[in-house]
Amino acid sequence: MMLWANTNLHFVLVGTTLFGFSAGVLGCFAFLRKRSLIGDALAHAALPGVCIAYLLTGTKVQGVLILGALGSGLIASYILNAIVRHSRIKEDAAIGLVLSVFFGIGIMLLTHIQHLPMGNQSGLDKFLFGQAASLIGKDLYLFGGLAAAVITVTFLAYKEFKVIAFDPGYAETIGIPVRRMDVLLTLLIVTVVTAGLQAVGVVLMAAMLITPAAAARQWTNQLWRMLLLAGIFGAVAGSAGAIASAVAPRMPTGPWIVMAITAIFVVSIVFAPQRGILARVLRQFRNATRIQQENVLKTLYRLMEDAPQSTPTVDMVRRYRHLSIRRTLHLLKRLQRMGFVSEGTRPEEWLLTADGRTRAEALVRRHRLWEVYLTQYLQLGKGHVHADAEEIEHVLTPELEQELEALLGYPVQDPHARPIPYSRDGGPK
Amino acid sequence: MTASLWIIATGILAAAACGLLGSFLVLRKTSMLGDAISHAVLPGIALAFLISGSRNPIPMLIGAGALGLITAFCTETLHRVGRLQQDASIGVTFTWLFALGVILISMYAGQVDLDQECVLYGEIAYVPWDVWLWNGLDMGPRAIWVLGATFLIDLVFVLTCYKELKLTTFDPQLAESLGISTRLFHYLLMAAVSLTTVAAFESVGAILVVAMLIAPAAAAYLLTDRLSRMLVLAMIIGAASAVTGYLLASWLDASIAGAMATMSGIFFALSFFLAPRHGLLPKHFARLSTK
Repeated sequence: MMLWANTNLHFVLVGTTLFGFSAGVLGCFAFLRKRSLIGDALAHAALPGVCIAYLLTGTKVQGVLILGALGSGLIASYILNAIVRHSRIKEDAAIGLVLSVFFGIGIMLLTHIQHLPMGNQSGLDKFLFGQAASLIGKDLYLFGGLAAAVITVTFLAYKEFKVIAFDPGYAETIGIPVRRMDVLLTLLIVTVVTAGLQAVGVVLMAAMLITPAAAARQWTNQLWRMLLLAGIFGAVAGSAGAIASAVAPRMPTGPWIVMAITAIFVVSIVFAPQRGILARVLRQFRNATRIQQENVLKTLYRLMEDAPQSTPTVDMVRRYRHLSIRRTLHLLKRLQRMGFVSEGTRPEEWLLTADGRTRAEALVRRHRLWEVYLTQYLQLGKGHVHADAEEIEHVLTPELEQELEALLGYPVQDPHARPIPYSRDGGPK
Repeated sequence: MTASLWIIATGILAAAACGLLGSFLVLRKTSMLGDAISHAVLPGIALAFLISGSRNPIPMLIGAGALGLITAFCTETLHRVGRLQQDASIGVTFTWLFALGVILISMYAGQVDLDQECVLYGEIAYVPWDVWLWNGLDMGPRAIWVLGATFLIDLVFVLTCYKELKLTTFDPQLAESLGISTRLFHYLLMAAVSLTTVAAFESVGAILVVAMLIAPAAAAYLLTDRLSRMLVLAMIIGAASAVTGYLLASWLDASIAGAMATMSGIFFALSFFLAPRHGLLPKHFARLSTK
């Protein structure tokens, strides 16, 4: 409650939240074009502009300094594009080059100003490292205006930005002015970066553009959702950082904002439902189990095909598939629960149920059809087709299978002269 | 007078070490990894300060070297396991580590004689006064020894592993098929870059290390098609930036490191416009004459 009485905190909180939102939304476009680090270059490039604006006007009026930063940011992005277009220097080197040289010029000018009789650079280096705690009421107009501008432009030019983000070449062919839209986007990014310098500083500015977008990408495949999520993530991190630095005095705001957004990112990259690491590992595990189960079904079928009189045992299956007894039993029990196999009359014996037989036939059919296809159409020797068929049998869809059957003319035998089982309702009439 | 000679010598050593490694970064399209490492060593340096309680270079080198490798590892893991695109994995990793470093420094501000300004743009002008006393003997500026040793290590590394570095840079597939591990040399290179960054940060600062890594190498890349020549040219251009940068700085009464970075940018611009085969103007005239 005492915290809330602090009006300065209100300014900081609202400011960093608005800024986090704008940066998050804009960062998505740079992210999708694989140009995330541009923000880093533009943030560093703002410094010489700030210094030159001060040298020319002699004032530290914020508007003037921001105009200077905007100017040098735009020049930097022009140079960056020119280097990539007109020489064999790749984008990564161009970004690093522009970033470090502009920053070097900035440092040189900053120290030059420092040594001038006319004054000190205090206030100028606020642009370097950011001092969100010093945000005051009128800064909020800047951040508010910025957020409004970002939302308006994104809303109006959503379709164009979307096409450019995913396929610039196609965008050009359908008549979207890609170059002009790129300039607009750069202008917006430079503006956000310049405003953000005061909140988080040069180095950490890059995080505000990259990290929310990278986190949001994990959760969705739809652009508008990604934009919204990145904006929310940025805003949440912005306010969290402001609160953290207010709770612990002497703590800079910028790094805490970055810590917050990185925490959101880590959660996203690990736990996101589709693309998250955990979900992917689980999926791989389930897939491997499914394939093993299908292999056991198929093995039962094959054993009964080779010796129709005897009933397959656990040991026979295990040897055929090179599995441990425990694993084989586990898989068989799972298949039993699914109704595909049942225990035989004697111990250790297992039989296919009618459902299991249909499933196994489908697998064997796909396997053998694929072998026929490989030998007939790719002229592979029949000794080389088994391994490939072992994999494809688990992924071939019924539609592809039908096409394959039609293409091959419903063959009755595979290259090894084994019969291809067709289900009773399908197949050749 | 001797003071300015020491400063110039420091600049030349830093530029030569950076030019050597930077050429490989530029050719491997991993320039931004150099930028990332130069920022991400901050928490390593801060931790080394906190633990050892001094500016002793050995713990600092270890701390920063470890962080450099962690940066390279995190970036690769995010890219490979997390399926995050390369540029974003670099951006996420180094900003996070830098933020951690800033927080560490401000938490222990009283105990640590270190601020982010000093890390970001260094102060080469103090180099002559920070001398290494050995058994009461004045051995000359410490930065010269640190950077000289670093340059030697880099040189030995590049010379002994020249063939492997060349092959993994230009044709990773062929290198793999010959049994040369591209990952091993990636990490070796990153270790060398971290070492060099730390050695140079005190004198030229983190961001100006990036200028030294990339600008001379990029300029040299436009001047020649041969790796060995590119390495030598990058070192020469870096050294030239150091010398002219010092002159520019004393003329403007400004940051020496900043001026050196500015000069490296100017040398790149010259190469960009005038390089005989890959420069903008010669290409332009060649196009005109064929018309």
